Amino acid sequence: MSEAKISVQNLDFYYGRTKALKNISMDIAPNSVTAFMGPSGCGKSTLLRVLNRIYELYPNQRATGKVFLDGRDILIGGTDLNLLRAKVGMVFQKPTPFPMTIFENIAFGIRLYESLSPSALRDRVTMALERAALWGEVKDKLNASGLSLSGGQQQRLCIARTIATNPEVILLDEPCSALDPISTARIEELIEELRSDYTIAIVTHNLQQAARVSQKTAFMFLGELIEYGDTEQVFENPRQERTKDYVTGRFG
Amino acid sequence: MTVSTSRYRRRLWVNRALMSLSVIAAVAGLTALGIILTILFQKGIGGIDARVFTEMTPPPGSDGGLLNPIYGSVFMTGVAVIVAMPLGILAGTYLAEYGRDARVAVIIRLINDVLLSAPSVVVGLFIYELMVRGRHFSAWAGAMALAIIAVPVIVRTTEDMLRLIPDPLREAATALGAPRWHVISKVAYQAARAGIVTGILLAIARISGETAPLLFTALNNQFWSTDPNAPMASLPAVIFQFAGSAYKNWQDLAWAGALIITAAVLVLNIVARLFRTAEPKR
Repeated sequence: MSEAKISVQNLDFYYGRTKALKNISMDIAPNSVTAFMGPSGCGKSTLLRVLNRIYELYPNQRATGKVFLDGRDILIGGTDLNLLRAKVGMVFQKPTPFPMTIFENIAFGIRLYESLSPSALRDRVTMALERAALWGEVKDKLNASGLSLSGGQQQRLCIARTIATNPEVILLDEPCSALDPISTARIEELIEELRSDYTIAIVTHNLQQAARVSQKTAFMFLGELIEYGDTEQVFENPRQERTKDYVTGRFG
Repeated sequence: MTVSTSRYRRRLWVNRALMSLSVIAAVAGLTALGIILTILFQKGIGGIDARVFTEMTPPPGSDGGLLNPIYGSVFMTGVAVIVAMPLGILAGTYLAEYGRDARVAVIIRLINDVLLSAPSVVVGLFIYELMVRGRHFSAWAGAMALAIIAVPVIVRTTEDMLRLIPDPLREAATALGAPRWHVISKVAYQAARAGIVTGILLAIARISGETAPLLFTALNNQFWSTDPNAPMASLPAVIFQFAGSAYKNWQDLAWAGALIITAAVLVLNIVARLFRTAEPKR
Protein backbone atom coordinates (compact mmCIF):
# COMPACT_ATOMS: atom_id res chain seq x y z
CA MET A 1 0.00 0.00 0.00
CA SER A 2 1.16 3.51 -0.71
CA GLU A 3 1.65 6.06 2.07
CA ALA A 4 -1.39 5.95 4.35
CA LYS A 5 -3.49 9.09 4.82
CA ILE A 6 -4.69 7.92 8.19
CA SER A 7 -2.96 5.31 10.30
CA VAL A 8 -4.76 3.97 13.37
CA GLN A 9 -2.58 2.13 15.86
CA ASN A 10 -3.71 0.21 18.94
CA LEU A 11 -6.79 2.36 19.39
CA ASP A 12 -9.05 1.74 22.40
CA PHE A 13 -12.19 3.74 23.08
CA TYR A 14 -14.32 4.07 26.19
CA TYR A 15 -17.82 5.36 26.86
CA GLY A 16 -17.40 5.85 30.61
CA ARG A 17 -16.27 2.39 31.70
CA THR A 18 -17.59 0.55 28.66
CA LYS A 19 -14.89 -0.36 26.17
CA ALA A 20 -16.30 0.22 22.70
CA LEU A 21 -13.18 -0.22 20.57
CA LYS A 22 -10.57 -2.88 21.27
CA ASN A 23 -7.05 -2.47 19.96
CA ILE A 24 -7.90 -1.29 16.45
CA SER A 25 -5.03 -0.89 13.99
CA MET A 26 -5.49 -0.08 10.33
CA ASP A 27 -4.28 2.19 7.54
CA ILE A 28 -6.59 4.25 5.35
CA ALA A 29 -5.28 5.00 1.89
CA PRO A 30 -5.53 8.47 0.33
CA ASN A 31 -7.95 9.20 -2.53
CA SER A 32 -9.99 6.10 -1.94
CA VAL A 33 -13.23 5.09 -0.29
CA THR A 34 -12.97 2.91 2.80
CA ALA A 35 -16.20 1.34 4.04
CA PHE A 36 -16.88 0.25 7.61
CA MET A 37 -19.58 -2.33 8.10
CA GLY A 38 -20.82 -4.50 10.92
CA PRO A 39 -23.90 -5.02 13.07
CA SER A 40 -25.28 -2.23 15.27
CA GLY A 41 -23.06 -1.46 18.24
CA CYS A 42 -19.93 -2.93 16.68
CA GLY A 43 -18.07 0.37 17.01
CA LYS A 44 -17.90 1.47 13.40
CA SER A 45 -19.44 4.91 14.05
CA THR A 46 -17.33 5.25 17.18
CA LEU A 47 -14.18 4.69 15.13
CA LEU A 48 -15.28 7.35 12.66
CA ARG A 49 -15.95 9.78 15.52
CA VAL A 50 -12.36 9.37 16.74
CA LEU A 51 -10.93 10.47 13.40
CA ASN A 52 -12.06 14.09 13.90
CA ARG A 53 -12.25 13.85 17.70
CA ILE A 54 -15.89 14.92 17.66
CA TYR A 55 -16.38 12.65 20.68
CA GLU A 56 -14.60 15.35 22.72
CA LEU A 57 -17.95 17.13 22.96
CA TYR A 58 -18.95 14.59 25.59
CA PRO A 59 -16.96 14.56 28.81
CA ASN A 60 -17.13 10.83 29.58
CA GLN A 61 -15.79 9.58 26.24
CA ARG A 62 -12.11 8.75 25.89
CA ALA A 63 -9.72 7.34 23.30
CA THR A 64 -6.27 5.86 23.88
CA GLY A 65 -3.71 4.76 21.31
CA LYS A 66 -2.44 6.57 18.27
CA VAL A 67 -4.14 7.96 15.19
CA PHE A 68 -1.79 9.48 12.62
CA LEU A 69 -3.08 11.92 10.04
CA ASP A 70 -0.34 12.63 7.49
CA GLY A 71 2.13 11.18 9.97
CA ARG A 72 1.10 13.34 12.95
CA ASP A 73 -0.67 11.87 15.96
CA ILE A 74 -4.01 13.65 16.38
CA LEU A 75 -4.78 12.11 19.75
CA ILE A 76 -1.95 13.83 21.62
CA GLY A 77 -2.76 16.81 23.80
CA GLY A 78 -2.28 20.21 22.25
CA THR A 79 -3.75 19.17 18.91
CA ASP A 80 -5.74 22.11 17.54
CA LEU A 81 -9.16 20.51 17.23
CA ASN A 82 -10.59 23.24 15.03
CA LEU A 83 -7.75 22.86 12.54
CA LEU A 84 -8.09 19.08 12.69
CA ARG A 85 -11.78 19.38 11.86
CA ALA A 86 -10.99 21.78 9.05
CA LYS A 87 -8.95 18.95 7.51
CA VAL A 88 -11.36 16.18 8.40
CA GLY A 89 -14.99 16.96 7.52
CA MET A 90 -17.97 14.91 8.59
CA VAL A 91 -21.50 14.21 7.36
CA PHE A 92 -23.98 12.65 9.76
CA GLN A 93 -26.68 10.03 9.63
CA LYS A 94 -29.58 12.47 9.78
CA PRO A 95 -29.27 15.58 7.63
CA THR A 96 -28.32 18.52 9.84
CA PRO A 97 -29.00 21.74 7.95
CA PHE A 98 -28.54 24.80 10.14
CA PRO A 99 -31.63 26.96 10.72
CA MET A 100 -30.57 29.54 8.15
CA THR A 101 -30.74 30.05 4.40
CA ILE A 102 -29.24 27.58 1.92
CA PHE A 103 -26.57 30.14 1.06
CA GLU A 104 -25.72 30.79 4.70
CA ASN A 105 -25.51 27.08 5.41
CA ILE A 106 -22.60 26.80 2.97
CA ALA A 107 -21.07 30.18 3.79
CA PHE A 108 -21.00 29.30 7.51
CA GLY A 109 -18.04 26.97 7.14
CA ILE A 110 -16.17 29.09 4.59
CA ARG A 111 -16.38 32.17 6.85
CA LEU A 112 -14.72 30.26 9.66
CA TYR A 113 -11.47 30.17 7.72
CA GLU A 114 -11.47 32.89 5.12
CA SER A 115 -12.78 36.41 4.78
CA LEU A 116 -13.84 36.66 1.17
CA SER A 117 -15.41 39.44 -0.82
CA PRO A 118 -19.13 38.93 -1.41
CA SER A 119 -18.59 37.89 -5.02
CA ALA A 120 -15.78 35.45 -4.17
CA LEU A 121 -17.95 33.99 -1.41
CA ARG A 122 -20.81 33.56 -3.88
CA ASP A 123 -18.47 31.75 -6.27
CA ARG A 124 -17.33 29.39 -3.54
CA VAL A 125 -20.88 28.62 -2.46
CA THR A 126 -21.85 27.99 -6.09
CA MET A 127 -18.87 25.69 -6.57
CA ALA A 128 -19.65 23.66 -3.48
CA LEU A 129 -23.29 23.25 -4.48
CA GLU A 130 -22.29 22.22 -7.99
CA ARG A 131 -19.81 19.74 -6.61
CA ALA A 132 -22.53 18.23 -4.41
CA ALA A 133 -24.90 17.98 -7.41
CA LEU A 134 -27.41 20.29 -5.75
CA TRP A 135 -26.90 23.53 -7.67
CA GLY A 136 -29.53 22.88 -10.32
CA GLU A 137 -32.21 22.30 -7.71
CA VAL A 138 -31.48 25.29 -5.47
CA LYS A 139 -29.95 27.97 -7.66
CA ASP A 140 -33.19 29.96 -7.73
CA LYS A 141 -33.85 29.76 -4.01
CA LEU A 142 -30.54 30.29 -2.26
CA ASN A 143 -32.31 32.49 0.27
CA ALA A 144 -34.85 29.84 1.23
CA SER A 145 -34.38 28.08 4.54
CA GLY A 146 -32.15 25.01 4.46
CA LEU A 147 -34.92 23.26 6.37
CA SER A 148 -37.30 23.66 3.43
CA LEU A 149 -35.39 21.12 1.31
CA SER A 150 -36.25 17.43 1.05
CA GLY A 151 -34.25 14.90 3.07
CA GLY A 152 -32.03 13.91 0.14
CA GLN A 153 -31.42 17.55 -0.77
CA GLN A 154 -30.65 18.38 2.86
CA GLN A 155 -28.04 15.63 2.96
CA ARG A 156 -26.42 16.90 -0.26
CA LEU A 157 -26.50 20.39 1.30
CA CYS A 158 -24.56 18.97 4.24
CA ILE A 159 -22.03 17.38 1.88
CA ALA A 160 -21.71 20.68 0.01
CA ARG A 161 -21.17 22.45 3.33
CA THR A 162 -18.44 19.99 4.22
CA ILE A 163 -16.55 20.21 0.92
CA ALA A 164 -16.89 24.03 0.82
CA THR A 165 -14.16 24.29 3.45
CA ASN A 166 -11.74 22.16 1.38
CA PRO A 167 -11.11 19.30 3.78
CA GLU A 168 -8.72 16.46 2.90
CA VAL A 169 -10.72 13.69 4.52
CA ILE A 170 -14.50 13.26 4.53
CA LEU A 171 -16.16 11.04 7.12
CA LEU A 172 -19.64 9.81 6.21
CA ASP A 173 -21.61 8.29 9.08
CA GLU A 174 -24.42 6.28 7.46
CA PRO A 175 -25.20 9.21 5.19
CA CYS A 176 -27.99 7.41 3.33
CA SER A 177 -29.79 5.58 6.09
CA ALA A 178 -32.51 8.23 6.31
CA LEU A 179 -32.90 8.59 2.55
CA ASP A 180 -34.99 6.99 -0.19
CA PRO A 181 -33.32 4.83 -2.88
CA ILE A 182 -33.17 7.59 -5.49
CA SER A 183 -31.50 10.06 -3.14
CA THR A 184 -29.19 7.25 -2.04
CA ALA A 185 -28.16 6.59 -5.62
CA ARG A 186 -27.35 10.27 -6.13
CA ILE A 187 -25.20 10.36 -3.00
CA GLU A 188 -23.36 7.23 -4.09
CA GLU A 189 -22.62 8.80 -7.48
CA LEU A 190 -21.36 11.81 -5.63
CA ILE A 191 -19.05 9.71 -3.45
CA GLU A 192 -17.62 8.12 -6.58
CA GLU A 193 -16.90 11.56 -8.04
CA LEU A 194 -15.38 12.97 -4.88
CA ARG A 195 -13.03 10.04 -4.45
CA SER A 196 -10.32 11.44 -6.72
CA ASP A 197 -9.89 14.54 -4.57
CA TYR A 198 -10.63 13.34 -1.06
CA THR A 199 -9.98 10.46 1.28
CA ILE A 200 -13.38 9.11 2.19
CA ALA A 201 -14.39 6.88 5.08
CA ILE A 202 -18.00 5.73 5.11
CA VAL A 203 -19.93 3.82 7.75
CA THR A 204 -22.85 1.88 6.34
CA HIS A 205 -25.39 -0.70 7.36
CA ASN A 206 -26.04 -1.48 3.78
CA LEU A 207 -23.80 -4.27 2.46
CA GLN A 208 -24.54 -3.58 -1.18
CA GLN A 209 -23.63 0.04 -0.63
CA ALA A 210 -20.30 -0.91 0.89
CA ALA A 211 -19.63 -3.19 -2.07
CA ARG A 212 -20.67 -0.55 -4.60
CA VAL A 213 -18.81 2.52 -3.37
CA SER A 214 -15.64 1.36 -1.66
CA GLN A 215 -12.21 0.08 -2.59
CA LYS A 216 -11.41 -1.13 0.90
CA THR A 217 -13.81 -2.63 3.42
CA ALA A 218 -13.45 -3.15 7.13
CA PHE A 219 -15.71 -5.56 8.98
CA MET A 220 -16.14 -4.88 12.68
CA PHE A 221 -17.81 -6.90 15.38
CA LEU A 222 -18.21 -6.13 19.09
CA GLY A 223 -15.56 -3.42 19.06
CA GLU A 224 -12.97 -5.45 17.20
CA LEU A 225 -11.70 -5.15 13.66
CA ILE A 226 -12.36 -8.64 12.32
CA GLU A 227 -11.25 -8.25 8.75
CA TYR A 228 -9.91 -5.46 6.59
CA GLY A 229 -8.92 -5.70 2.96
CA ASP A 230 -9.82 -4.94 -0.65
CA THR A 231 -13.58 -4.74 -0.97
CA GLU A 232 -13.72 -7.42 -3.63
CA GLN A 233 -11.76 -9.85 -1.50
CA VAL A 234 -13.78 -9.16 1.67
CA PHE A 235 -17.05 -9.82 -0.12
CA GLU A 236 -16.08 -12.66 -2.42
CA ASN A 237 -13.38 -14.41 -0.54
CA PRO A 238 -13.50 -13.47 3.14
CA ARG A 239 -10.71 -14.91 5.26
CA GLN A 240 -12.67 -14.91 8.50
CA GLU A 241 -15.65 -17.13 9.20
CA ARG A 242 -17.57 -14.26 10.87
CA THR A 243 -17.06 -11.97 7.90
CA LYS A 244 -18.35 -14.70 5.63
CA ASP A 245 -21.44 -15.19 7.83
CA TYR A 246 -22.09 -11.45 7.78
CA VAL A 247 -21.67 -10.79 4.06
CA THR A 248 -23.74 -13.83 3.16
CA GLY A 249 -26.49 -12.59 5.45
CA ARG A 250 -26.34 -15.44 7.95
CA PHE A 251 -26.20 -13.00 10.88
CA GLY A 252 -26.08 -9.32 11.64
CA MET B 1 -66.44 -11.30 15.21
CA THR B 2 -67.75 -10.69 18.70
CA VAL B 3 -66.05 -8.04 20.75
CA SER B 4 -68.68 -7.46 23.39
CA THR B 5 -66.82 -9.07 26.22
CA SER B 6 -67.13 -7.73 29.76
CA ARG B 7 -63.56 -6.44 29.66
CA TYR B 8 -64.28 -4.46 26.55
CA ARG B 9 -67.46 -2.95 28.06
CA ARG B 10 -65.52 -2.00 31.15
CA ARG B 11 -62.89 -0.23 29.11
CA LEU B 12 -65.63 1.63 27.27
CA TRP B 13 -67.14 2.91 30.53
CA VAL B 14 -63.79 3.86 32.05
CA ASN B 15 -63.06 5.80 28.91
CA ARG B 16 -66.40 7.63 29.06
CA ALA B 17 -66.00 8.46 32.74
CA LEU B 18 -62.48 9.82 32.30
CA MET B 19 -63.46 11.90 29.30
CA SER B 20 -66.47 13.37 31.15
CA LEU B 21 -64.29 14.34 34.13
CA SER B 22 -61.76 15.99 31.80
CA VAL B 23 -64.47 17.98 30.01
CA ILE B 24 -66.06 19.08 33.31
CA ALA B 25 -62.68 20.24 34.64
CA ALA B 26 -61.91 22.16 31.46
CA VAL B 27 -65.33 23.83 31.42
CA ALA B 28 -65.08 24.78 35.11
CA GLY B 29 -61.65 26.36 34.64
CA LEU B 30 -62.61 28.27 31.52
CA THR B 31 -65.91 29.45 33.05
CA ALA B 32 -64.10 30.95 36.03
CA LEU B 33 -61.68 32.70 33.69
CA GLY B 34 -64.56 33.91 31.52
CA ILE B 35 -66.41 35.37 34.51
CA ILE B 36 -63.28 37.17 35.72
CA LEU B 37 -62.62 38.67 32.30
CA THR B 38 -66.26 39.66 31.78
CA ILE B 39 -66.55 41.45 35.13
CA LEU B 40 -63.17 43.08 34.64
CA PHE B 41 -64.23 44.36 31.24
CA GLN B 42 -67.67 45.56 32.43
CA LYS B 43 -66.30 47.47 35.41
CA GLY B 44 -63.06 48.61 33.82
CA ILE B 45 -64.12 49.81 30.39
CA GLY B 46 -66.21 52.66 31.81
CA GLY B 47 -63.18 54.14 33.53
CA ILE B 48 -60.99 54.06 30.42
CA ASP B 49 -60.86 57.42 28.72
CA ALA B 50 -58.19 59.82 27.55
CA ARG B 51 -57.72 61.18 31.08
CA VAL B 52 -56.52 57.79 32.33
CA PHE B 53 -53.46 58.12 30.12
CA THR B 54 -52.86 61.87 30.56
CA GLU B 55 -53.58 62.78 34.19
CA MET B 56 -52.08 61.88 37.56
CA THR B 57 -53.73 59.86 40.29
CA PRO B 58 -56.22 62.17 42.02
CA PRO B 59 -57.03 62.76 45.68
CA PRO B 60 -60.29 61.16 46.79
CA GLY B 61 -63.37 62.69 45.20
CA SER B 62 -61.75 64.54 42.30
CA ASP B 63 -60.97 63.57 38.72
CA GLY B 64 -57.69 62.14 37.56
CA GLY B 65 -55.95 59.37 35.70
CA LEU B 66 -53.23 56.75 35.95
CA LEU B 67 -50.35 58.35 34.05
CA ASN B 68 -47.84 58.19 36.92
CA PRO B 69 -48.45 54.51 37.76
CA ILE B 70 -48.41 53.56 34.06
CA TYR B 71 -45.06 55.31 33.66
CA GLY B 72 -43.79 53.66 36.84
CA SER B 73 -44.82 50.18 35.75
CA VAL B 74 -43.26 50.58 32.31
CA PHE B 75 -40.06 52.06 33.75
CA MET B 76 -39.54 49.47 36.48
CA THR B 77 -40.50 46.54 34.26
CA GLY B 78 -38.18 47.86 31.56
CA VAL B 79 -35.19 48.23 33.88
CA ALA B 80 -35.93 44.79 35.35
CA VAL B 81 -35.89 43.18 31.90
CA ILE B 82 -32.69 44.97 30.89
CA VAL B 83 -31.03 43.54 34.02
CA ALA B 84 -32.63 40.10 33.90
CA MET B 85 -32.29 39.34 30.19
CA PRO B 86 -28.49 38.99 29.89
CA LEU B 87 -28.23 37.26 33.27
CA GLY B 88 -31.02 34.83 32.46
CA ILE B 89 -29.90 34.02 28.92
CA LEU B 90 -26.25 33.53 29.89
CA ALA B 91 -27.11 31.38 32.91
CA GLY B 92 -29.51 29.29 30.81
CA THR B 93 -26.77 28.94 28.18
CA TYR B 94 -24.35 27.72 30.82
CA LEU B 95 -26.82 25.09 32.06
CA ALA B 96 -27.74 23.82 28.60
CA GLU B 97 -24.42 24.09 26.74
CA TYR B 98 -21.59 23.86 29.26
CA GLY B 99 -22.82 22.57 32.61
CA ARG B 100 -25.31 19.95 31.47
CA ASP B 101 -25.13 17.14 34.01
CA ALA B 102 -22.16 18.44 35.97
CA ARG B 103 -22.78 18.62 39.72
CA VAL B 104 -22.57 22.40 39.88
CA ALA B 105 -25.13 22.67 37.06
CA VAL B 106 -27.52 20.30 38.85
CA ILE B 107 -27.28 22.45 42.00
CA ILE B 108 -27.78 25.70 40.08
CA ARG B 109 -30.80 24.18 38.34
CA LEU B 110 -32.32 23.17 41.67
CA ILE B 111 -31.79 26.63 43.17
CA ASN B 112 -33.24 28.21 40.05
CA ASP B 113 -36.34 26.04 40.35
CA VAL B 114 -36.73 27.06 43.99
CA LEU B 115 -36.37 30.71 43.02
CA LEU B 116 -38.90 30.18 40.24
CA SER B 117 -41.58 29.28 42.75
CA ALA B 118 -40.42 31.47 45.63
CA PRO B 119 -43.18 33.76 46.95
CA SER B 120 -42.60 37.19 45.47
CA VAL B 121 -43.13 38.83 48.86
CA VAL B 122 -39.91 37.13 50.01
CA VAL B 123 -38.06 38.69 47.10
CA GLY B 124 -39.54 42.04 48.09
CA LEU B 125 -38.32 41.66 51.67
CA PHE B 126 -34.88 40.64 50.44
CA ILE B 127 -34.52 43.81 48.37
CA TYR B 128 -36.02 45.80 51.24
CA GLU B 129 -33.20 44.62 53.50
CA LEU B 130 -30.60 45.17 50.81
CA MET B 131 -31.58 48.50 49.26
CA VAL B 132 -34.31 50.20 51.27
CA ARG B 133 -33.81 49.80 55.01
CA GLY B 134 -31.77 52.67 56.44
CA ARG B 135 -32.16 54.50 53.14
CA HIS B 136 -35.49 55.12 51.40
CA PHE B 137 -37.96 53.52 49.02
CA SER B 138 -36.92 53.86 45.39
CA ALA B 139 -37.82 52.82 41.85
CA TRP B 140 -34.36 51.23 41.50
CA ALA B 141 -35.19 48.89 44.38
CA GLY B 142 -38.54 48.03 42.80
CA ALA B 143 -36.88 47.27 39.48
CA MET B 144 -34.29 45.02 41.17
CA ALA B 145 -37.03 43.07 42.95
CA LEU B 146 -38.81 42.53 39.63
CA ALA B 147 -35.52 41.53 37.96
CA ILE B 148 -34.94 38.84 40.59
CA ILE B 149 -38.37 37.43 39.82
CA ALA B 150 -37.76 37.53 36.07
CA VAL B 151 -34.29 35.91 36.04
CA PRO B 152 -35.32 32.34 36.92
CA VAL B 153 -38.12 32.41 34.34
CA ILE B 154 -35.67 33.39 31.60
CA VAL B 155 -33.02 30.92 32.82
CA ARG B 156 -35.49 28.10 32.69
CA THR B 157 -36.98 28.84 29.27
CA THR B 158 -33.56 29.53 27.73
CA GLU B 159 -32.21 26.23 29.02
CA ASP B 160 -35.30 24.29 27.93
CA MET B 161 -35.24 25.81 24.45
CA LEU B 162 -31.51 25.16 23.96
CA ARG B 163 -31.93 21.59 25.16
CA LEU B 164 -34.54 21.01 22.48
CA ILE B 165 -31.87 21.61 19.84
CA PRO B 166 -30.67 18.15 18.80
CA ASP B 167 -27.01 17.40 19.54
CA PRO B 168 -26.28 16.38 15.92
CA LEU B 169 -26.78 20.04 14.96
CA ARG B 170 -24.04 21.05 17.41
CA GLU B 171 -21.90 18.16 16.20
CA ALA B 172 -22.34 19.28 12.59
CA ALA B 173 -21.20 22.81 13.37
CA THR B 174 -18.33 21.51 15.51
CA ALA B 175 -17.29 19.10 12.75
CA LEU B 176 -16.82 22.08 10.41
CA GLY B 177 -14.22 23.35 12.85
CA ALA B 178 -16.37 25.99 14.54
CA PRO B 179 -15.25 26.86 18.07
CA ARG B 180 -17.69 26.31 20.91
CA TRP B 181 -18.86 29.91 21.32
CA HIS B 182 -19.44 30.10 17.58
CA VAL B 183 -21.57 26.96 17.62
CA ILE B 184 -23.66 28.44 20.44
CA SER B 185 -24.03 31.97 19.13
CA LYS B 186 -24.50 31.21 15.44
CA VAL B 187 -26.29 27.86 15.43
CA ALA B 188 -27.87 27.09 18.80
CA TYR B 189 -29.22 30.59 19.48
CA GLN B 190 -30.43 30.81 15.92
CA ALA B 191 -32.35 27.57 16.26
CA ALA B 192 -33.76 28.46 19.70
CA ARG B 193 -34.40 32.14 19.06
CA ALA B 194 -38.19 32.06 18.95
CA GLY B 195 -38.36 30.09 22.18
CA ILE B 196 -35.93 32.35 24.02
CA VAL B 197 -37.81 35.48 22.96
CA THR B 198 -41.04 33.84 24.09
CA GLY B 199 -39.48 33.20 27.50
CA ILE B 200 -38.53 36.86 27.85
CA LEU B 201 -42.02 38.01 26.91
CA LEU B 202 -43.57 35.61 29.41
CA ALA B 203 -41.19 36.90 32.09
CA ILE B 204 -42.36 40.46 31.33
CA ALA B 205 -45.96 39.33 31.59
CA ARG B 206 -45.19 37.68 34.90
CA ILE B 207 -43.52 40.70 36.56
CA SER B 208 -45.86 43.35 35.20
CA GLY B 209 -48.59 42.17 37.56
CA GLU B 210 -46.45 41.72 40.67
CA THR B 211 -47.63 43.79 43.66
CA ALA B 212 -46.05 42.43 46.81
CA PRO B 213 -42.38 43.04 45.94
CA LEU B 214 -43.16 46.63 44.92
CA LEU B 215 -44.92 47.50 48.18
CA PHE B 216 -41.65 46.91 50.05
CA THR B 217 -39.39 48.60 47.55
CA ALA B 218 -40.81 51.26 45.24
CA LEU B 219 -43.75 51.87 47.58
CA ASN B 220 -46.08 54.24 45.74
CA ASN B 221 -46.21 57.86 44.75
CA GLN B 222 -49.25 60.01 44.38
CA PHE B 223 -47.43 62.54 42.22
CA TRP B 224 -45.60 62.56 38.93
CA SER B 225 -42.02 61.43 39.52
CA THR B 226 -39.36 60.16 37.14
CA ASP B 227 -36.63 60.11 39.78
CA PRO B 228 -35.48 56.47 40.12
CA ASN B 229 -34.04 57.26 43.56
CA ALA B 230 -37.46 58.25 44.88
CA PRO B 231 -40.60 56.19 45.51
CA MET B 232 -42.51 55.54 42.29
CA ALA B 233 -46.11 54.61 41.57
CA SER B 234 -46.97 51.40 39.75
CA LEU B 235 -50.24 50.00 38.45
CA PRO B 236 -50.41 47.01 40.83
CA ALA B 237 -49.62 49.17 43.87
CA VAL B 238 -52.20 51.79 42.87
CA ILE B 239 -54.82 49.10 42.26
CA PHE B 240 -54.06 47.67 45.68
CA GLN B 241 -54.48 51.08 47.32
CA PHE B 242 -57.47 52.31 45.30
CA ALA B 243 -59.49 49.10 45.21
CA GLY B 244 -59.47 48.86 49.00
CA SER B 245 -60.56 52.49 49.47
CA ALA B 246 -64.05 53.78 50.14
CA TYR B 247 -64.02 56.33 47.31
CA LYS B 248 -65.99 55.66 44.14
CA ASN B 249 -63.57 57.47 41.80
CA TRP B 250 -60.58 55.55 43.23
CA GLN B 251 -62.40 52.24 42.84
CA ASP B 252 -63.23 53.06 39.20
CA LEU B 253 -59.60 53.88 38.49
CA ALA B 254 -58.53 50.60 40.12
CA TRP B 255 -60.81 48.70 37.75
CA ALA B 256 -59.45 50.65 34.79
CA GLY B 257 -55.88 49.90 35.89
CA ALA B 258 -56.66 46.21 36.27
CA LEU B 259 -58.10 46.12 32.77
CA ILE B 260 -55.02 47.88 31.36
CA ILE B 261 -52.61 45.36 32.97
CA THR B 262 -54.70 42.41 31.85
CA ALA B 263 -54.90 43.73 28.30
CA ALA B 264 -51.13 44.32 28.25
CA VAL B 265 -50.43 40.78 29.48
CA LEU B 266 -52.84 39.40 26.89
CA VAL B 267 -51.06 41.30 24.13
CA LEU B 268 -47.67 40.01 25.34
CA ASN B 269 -48.96 36.44 25.32
CA ILE B 270 -50.35 36.83 21.82
CA VAL B 271 -47.04 38.26 20.60
CA ALA B 272 -45.21 35.38 22.29
CA ARG B 273 -47.49 32.93 20.52
CA LEU B 274 -46.94 34.60 17.16
CA PHE B 275 -43.18 34.25 17.67
CA ARG B 276 -43.62 30.56 18.28
CA THR B 277 -45.61 29.90 15.14
CA ALA B 278 -43.32 32.07 13.03
CA GLU B 279 -40.55 29.53 13.60
CA PRO B 280 -39.44 27.84 10.37
CA LYS B 281 -41.04 24.47 9.91
CA ARG B 282 -38.96 21.32 10.07
